[in-house]
Amino acid sequence: MKELPMYQHKTVKVVVCSGTACYVMGGSELLLLDDHIPSRWKGHVELEGSPCLGFCKNKTQGKAPFAIVDGEVLSEATIPGILKKIEEKLGET
Amino acid sequence: MHYNNNAARIKRELLIQLIQLVLEDRLVEGIDRIPYAMTSEPGYQPVRCCVHHDRSILKSRILARLGFSVEDYEDDGTPLSVYAQKALERNHIEGPILTVLDEACNACVKTQFLVTNACQGCLARPCMMNCPKKAVSVVDGRAIIDKERCVNCGICQQVCPYHAIIKIPVPCEEACPVGAIYKDSRGKERIDYDKCIFCGNCMRECPFGAMMDKSQIIDVLLAKKRGAKLAALFAPAVAGQFRASLGKLVRALKQAGFDAVYEVARGADITAEKEARELQERLAAGAAFMTTSCCPAYVEVAHKHVPELAPYVSHTRSPMHYTAELASQEHPEYRRVFIGPCLAKRKEGLADPLVDYVISVEELGALFVALGIDVAEIDEEPITRPATAAGRGFAWSGGVAQAVLEHLPDKKGTIQTATIDGLSRESIKELQAWAKGKTAGQLLEVMACAGGCVAGPSVITNPKVALMQLKKLVQEAQPS
Repeated sequence: MKELPMYQHKTVKVVVCSGTACYVMGGSELLLLDDHIPSRWKGHVELEGSPCLGFCKNKTQGKAPFAIVDGEVLSEATIPGILKKIEEKLGET
Repeated sequence: MHYNNNAARIKRELLIQLIQLVLEDRLVEGIDRIPYAMTSEPGYQPVRCCVHHDRSILKSRILARLGFSVEDYEDDGTPLSVYAQKALERNHIEGPILTVLDEACNACVKTQFLVTNACQGCLARPCMMNCPKKAVSVVDGRAIIDKERCVNCGICQQVCPYHAIIKIPVPCEEACPVGAIYKDSRGKERIDYDKCIFCGNCMRECPFGAMMDKSQIIDVLLAKKRGAKLAALFAPAVAGQFRASLGKLVRALKQAGFDAVYEVARGADITAEKEARELQERLAAGAAFMTTSCCPAYVEVAHKHVPELAPYVSHTRSPMHYTAELASQEHPEYRRVFIGPCLAKRKEGLADPLVDYVISVEELGALFVALGIDVAEIDEEPITRPATAAGRGFAWSGGVAQAVLEHLPDKKGTIQTATIDGLSRESIKELQAWAKGKTAGQLLEVMACAGGCVAGPSVITNPKVALMQLKKLVQEAQPS
């Protein structure tokens, strides 16, 4: 019998900041994450748009746009960057 | 080009920093630091040969954000502060609305087809066999293209079984639907303003960010500082640019310093009503069809490139104009600032005495960020005079024709509408066909940007996301 992938019972939560600062720096793009999720991950990634998460107010956090993947903050977030992080969190790498 | 790109981010970062300096009354003292501040972070990776070249190009980019043309700019050591002072003393906006940054222009080689290492020198050699100009030959087991004979038809690329032949385009020239961009003697791109329709495609597509619009945000902030009252006229597409309700957007605009706020969708309602009447009159007088006129880039196309179509363009004015008229009746002394996703509106605004300034969504977004305004977190402002759902729908392809039809309830079924969704070389041929009588309806809606204004050249939000947001707002609008 084929072994089930490790993430069978895990869900990774992705929170995309939709505050104005993140939007101005291109953050809206990240809300299309679902279009880029590979089918084997379906059901294991939960996407949520959030009001301003406040990271833009603290320069040490890096630059907008921001996203949180499984509790970890990504600055200058991009779709490929988020996908890579999800992959890591699901234990695929 | 993809909406998420570094050239767009740099432009917005510059805008935010410049606006902050103006708001703090420190533009002249602070401006010369910007190119350094933006390139001094640990781990900064130069884009050009070195950080000094990057800074030098940032200087020129700042000049365009200050509203200057940069074609003739030469860095002779004059600090940015001198230009900042000049901008602060300026009293009026000048065309052209575009400017080319030569130093950033990559002087891309003329469009060409190139055989890559993937060529296997195969037996079939469809590239050689099918080239209509006999420009392809095989030397030492590999195809080569004779540039003298090649006419860039692309057949060799299409027929290569190994995908070994690539096209290297000149992105700005390729994006221009009317052939208005050409190379000067030094290989740098130039815009022929007799041909340019100000669609903004070159600005959106240049991978080096060398095609730039000239900002007017400094002039708007300055007018406010000099004591003028401001009226914001926001285009229907702007409502989809922030993840917030219309009421929040209106309040955010007021917090940002606008004394009155008008939905341009109200002007769109007027345009739709007048266009419906005009269509009936024209058809009654024997015309075969009429086209919409709210897209200024399309109107430029009709006049400059398809003159035989010009008589069919509706004489009804644009939503911007009618909204400016509403604002001027209520507050004649206010300066009227149109805010939209469109480059061609800057041109239309220059020609319309009722419109004082035209700023982009990028500039508005940067203003919000500079002021620390988060639109979603602002309190709702009641919308006292809402536009109809149809007026708000002017922002997407098909929305204008739909709105006009809604004013002709008894004609439903007899009037056919058609849309041209995005101006390109191909769709301009379609326009020529309409002018020659090959029509497919009585009302033709034309939008320069594929998808409509939600996909304008100065948007900040991905058009797909913006459209979802906008449709949600439109559903909340009163039924028209």
